Amino acid sequence: MHLYEEDKRRFLKADIISTVEFNSTGELLATGDKGGRVVVFQREQESKNQPHRRGEYNVYSTFQSHEPEFDYLKSLEIEEKINKIRWLPQQNAAYFLLSTNDKTVKLWKISERDKRPEGYNLKDEDGRIRDPTTITALRVPVLRPMDLMVEATPRRVFSNAHTYHINSISVNSDYETFMSTDDLRINLWNLEITNRSFNIVDIKPVNMEELTEVITAAEFHPHQCNTFVYSSSKGSIRLCDMRASALCDNHSKFFEEPEDPSNRSFFSEIISSISDVKFSHSGRYLMTRDYLTVKVWDLNMESKPLETYQVHDYLRSKLCSLYENDCIFDKFECVWNGSDSVIMTGSYNNFFRMFDRNTKRDVTLEASRENSKPRAILKPRKVCVGGKCRKDEISVDSLDFSKKILHTAWHPYENIIAVAATNNLYIFQDKVN
Amino acid sequence: MAGADSDDSLYPIAVLIDELRNEDVQLRLNSIKKLSTIALALGVERTRTELLPFLTDTIYDEDEVLLALAEQLGNFTMLVGGPEYVHCLLPPLESLATVEETVVRDKAVESLRKISHEHSPVDLEVHFEPLVKRLASGDWFTSRTSACGLFSVCYPRVSSTVKAEIRQHFRTLCSDDTPMVRRAAASKLGEFAKVLELEYVKSDIISLFTALASDEQDSVRLLAVEAGVSIATLLPQEDLEALVMPTLRQAAEDKSWRVRYMVADKFSDLQKAVGPEITKNDLVPAFQNLLKDCEAEVRAAAANKVKEFCENLPEDSRETIIMTHILPCVKELVSDTNQHVKSALASVIMGLSTILGKDNTIEHLLPLFLAQLKDECPEVRLNIISNLDCVNEVIGIRQLSQSLLPAIVELAEDAKWRVRLAIIEYMPLLAGQLGVEFFDEKLNSLCMAWLVDHVYAIREAATCNLMKLVEKFGAEWAQNTIVPKVLGMANDPNYLHRMTTLFCINALSEVCGQEITTKHMLPVVFKMSNDQVANVRFNVAKSLQKIGPVLDSNCLQTEVKPVLEKLASDQDMDVKYFAQEAISGRIKKMKRNRK
Repeated sequence: MHLYEEDKRRFLKADIISTVEFNSTGELLATGDKGGRVVVFQREQESKNQPHRRGEYNVYSTFQSHEPEFDYLKSLEIEEKINKIRWLPQQNAAYFLLSTNDKTVKLWKISERDKRPEGYNLKDEDGRIRDPTTITALRVPVLRPMDLMVEATPRRVFSNAHTYHINSISVNSDYETFMSTDDLRINLWNLEITNRSFNIVDIKPVNMEELTEVITAAEFHPHQCNTFVYSSSKGSIRLCDMRASALCDNHSKFFEEPEDPSNRSFFSEIISSISDVKFSHSGRYLMTRDYLTVKVWDLNMESKPLETYQVHDYLRSKLCSLYENDCIFDKFECVWNGSDSVIMTGSYNNFFRMFDRNTKRDVTLEASRENSKPRAILKPRKVCVGGKCRKDEISVDSLDFSKKILHTAWHPYENIIAVAATNNLYIFQDKVN
Repeated sequence: MAGADSDDSLYPIAVLIDELRNEDVQLRLNSIKKLSTIALALGVERTRTELLPFLTDTIYDEDEVLLALAEQLGNFTMLVGGPEYVHCLLPPLESLATVEETVVRDKAVESLRKISHEHSPVDLEVHFEPLVKRLASGDWFTSRTSACGLFSVCYPRVSSTVKAEIRQHFRTLCSDDTPMVRRAAASKLGEFAKVLELEYVKSDIISLFTALASDEQDSVRLLAVEAGVSIATLLPQEDLEALVMPTLRQAAEDKSWRVRYMVADKFSDLQKAVGPEITKNDLVPAFQNLLKDCEAEVRAAAANKVKEFCENLPEDSRETIIMTHILPCVKELVSDTNQHVKSALASVIMGLSTILGKDNTIEHLLPLFLAQLKDECPEVRLNIISNLDCVNEVIGIRQLSQSLLPAIVELAEDAKWRVRLAIIEYMPLLAGQLGVEFFDEKLNSLCMAWLVDHVYAIREAATCNLMKLVEKFGAEWAQNTIVPKVLGMANDPNYLHRMTTLFCINALSEVCGQEITTKHMLPVVFKMSNDQVANVRFNVAKSLQKIGPVLDSNCLQTEVKPVLEKLASDQDMDVKYFAQEAISGRIKKMKRNRK
């Protein structure tokens, strides 16, 4: 009985979604999970007889991207968990994506095949071998239509360049290079070359005891091929210009908010660690997520963020218990909508938050099976602090911290979002008439 | 029967055709490589109507198969019925030109370029040019990048209306939305410019070049540099200043180090393209700036070009320019903070001595050489040593020998075995230039010490080095200086050193000749056949096989054969094996001699 439970739990653990990403047109959506699998969903094309089905995403391809490995030299297990997925711009009828676990980035091709060669010389139609002496004429195979088949093939493997765990990958706007980031270093790769990468940032101190800061995320600028940012566990963001020098250890901009001394506590440094950084589609703004807030920075103002949104400020009094159950180290991601006017990020109890930058309105929504029947409308949720709760509110103390929404994605220009709640993927969209 | 005969010859072809779709990539590859055999068996008609349509749709395969296919199709003209039908090859190559794998696409483009020459002018306009247009306006950037490589081959052979269309297509691709296409266009700009009429070079190409050279993408701008060099060669001198130089000057000062790197890397070509006047006025200051660039990669690239740049300076002002403009920069680079820069400089700096002559070399360059010989980075010292021959011709190596020796000794004892390996490789060269006396006095002991290095690769290189030294200094020298030392090691308590003796004998026997081998080496080898370590014994067997050709047949029969036979009945399997190998090898050899 016990064993069975254990197996079940492990099975579930492999299913936990670890990354979600739309491609550049929004036609495809990819998820990666702890079991090393990648699932690609495709949006249904509009059809006259089922107009409401437009926008539904169905499974297009599923494949095992990474397998568990063992590093014999360091006696370390390498998990198969997919840390990040990034789509490449479409270059022909096939689709390409990069997926990474802790150590290895892979380039996958997802392509369709609808023809099959037929006709052998040495075999007949049923596959029986023919007597070679009966062959009097040569047959050239002919291609015949067959049922559509979607194949995923590994095209490149970028490995052996990271000593620490890869936390981010990002494709450059030149579509020729991408970077992979681990705790202490950032490497630059050419998409066509797997045996060589260039180190562009290295913050490893000579003596590891002097280590005070690690890199938590990094991303290229959406249009300027020479610009990228990386965030740190100390809550700062550095912007680097690759034009200036080959090694970008010296940043060109440094974004950091001075700490408020009155708020200083044992947890200050932990909760100021940035878990995600994203450029806006316009390239003008940066968004960062730390444990309690999400901030928007203007690239032209390094001294403080332009906007700060509280994601779940009611947890400020509960940091001690969140530290004890390790939740304080959860890495929440954040995303922009297509026009950069709304931002979204996750929280606990299967709640996720949206902030409208123009109206300054915010909303808490819940992704759960009970209240998300197909085509149902999401109701805003509210968390109450202390005292009595109203009927439709939920008390801070009854929040379920095991149900966390870490990974979300927003369609590149429509109001469709994908929300990963442990092993479930929810797709919500604006009402369709 | 005739029918049965033809069936027999069909069978292997049938296998090849079936294996075109075998599950094993290797077999598919094999079949594709024999595509011409298949086509020959099918005949031109069936090749055109059946084989090519099938191949056109086979673009799902592995890269290596597609690459082989793309290459094969470039040589297929005769197999489809000659130039008249060459356009039948366009559909499969067109589909190959759109795959995502760059090497395959490039090969398809290469084959398309090849068969374009086999098209008649009419076919070129009816079949080939529409294909180029289709690719150029394709939905995916892969096809548009492929198109960039095809304009220049059809342009010279089409009518002026079609020419105008082609120019228009090229212009469109130069301002494509995707950087990949703009990069492809930039890399083909120079080539396209070469086939254009001069008036269009001035009107079209220059504006495209200027636009690409100020593209927002670094990767596009840096490719424009190369195009600029090609364009500069096409224009008359008087147009260069106005049309190309402003853009090139701007590239040399680009904000991105990668673009400046490209300028530095192409500097010699640029210099040749623009001629002496512009070189004097423009390139000299630009080169100075590149040598002082803030990015080490750029300085290293420029440092690499110092010699070539100086060589190509106009003769009348060469010395003045070098002395007043280049040398001060070079002096700074000698103490650069980056070792790649220093080692790039070290690999060319000696070349300056031939340009500047004896007096200048002694006064100005020698101190730099000496400083680099003392550099902390071994690669810098190695690069200086490897180019000693240039100086030797001008001032003689004696000037340097005082500083040379400590540098060599230090490298010879470097903690990194790759450094030691590198210096060993220069030993024969050094020995030749320094002369036998200097060598015996100072370097011989180093060469012997390497024989007992703890890294095998060093010991191996050291034996090879001895052979080269003997080739230089002769057998007599070998007998007096190195053979006794080598043979002495046969009694070393370390079996690895004893084996080194054998390896040395293998290497030396031929250059030392029969007499020394028989008289001095062979007895030692025989003695070692009783060694207690099996590895030594089987290496004795191997050595005997190796030196056999040097010995006379009498000696082989009476002395070598009994020893090998004894080893062939050794207890150790490996010793037996190699002894038998040696015996049979020897027999084969003798048989061959008899023939």
